Amino acid sequence: MSATLLAWSVTLAQIFLSLAMVCATIRILRGPRAQDRVLALDTLYVNAAMLLLVFGIRTGSTVYFEAALVIALLGFVSTAGLAKFLMRGEIIE
Amino acid sequence: MTHAADLPDWAALLVALLLVVGAGLGLIGSLGLLRLRSFYDRMHAPTLGTTLGIGSILIGSMLFHTVLQSRLVIHELLITVFMVVTTPVTLTLLARAALYRDRREGVEGVPPPPPPPAPVEKTENPLPDVKYPDSPR
Repeated sequence: MSATLLAWSVTLAQIFLSLAMVCATIRILRGPRAQDRVLALDTLYVNAAMLLLVFGIRTGSTVYFEAALVIALLGFVSTAGLAKFLMRGEIIE
Repeated sequence: MTHAADLPDWAALLVALLLVVGAGLGLIGSLGLLRLRSFYDRMHAPTLGTTLGIGSILIGSMLFHTVLQSRLVIHELLITVFMVVTTPVTLTLLARAALYRDRREGVEGVPPPPPPPAPVEKTENPLPDVKYPDSPR
């Protein structure tokens, strides 16, 4: 019973997160200005990290955790760099 | 899902609840990102997913691996601390960049920039001017 419940909830969580990633992708494609696209990219990174953690629960391995950590790190660096670029026109002054 | 049969009922129920709540919050945040009107409104929506959403999924993952391996598995705390520290920084940087761009282009509905600081009044120089001799080369 518990295995069935967990399997269904993992599937439901994966469907939710996939829909969330689709929403963020639509905002990237549609976003009227550059800052909308950067914000949507940040959201996409966070959703991808969550999806990888759910994959880790599905397979019962801790390997996916490292991928999620790398995605979170890259998301921070890329969003900070893009915000600096929007502000100044260059990243490293 | 070959490992999940080893999980006791209470842990499976709790992990399932945390997963669905976290993924639902991520979905709500992304829907808000898609639906809200202006950029400054949209900036608020994804923080649902980046705080409570990923937090509850990380707690669920910690609980799952801890119960499954019968030992304390808390390396997910790294991601938690990292997200808590970095999300406000990046979103503040992005909001300031967007505000700067909107002000420079004169977009309607953007608060005006703060007035420049009052010029410092010239006061009498309390120290007399001293002619220093040229330093020897």
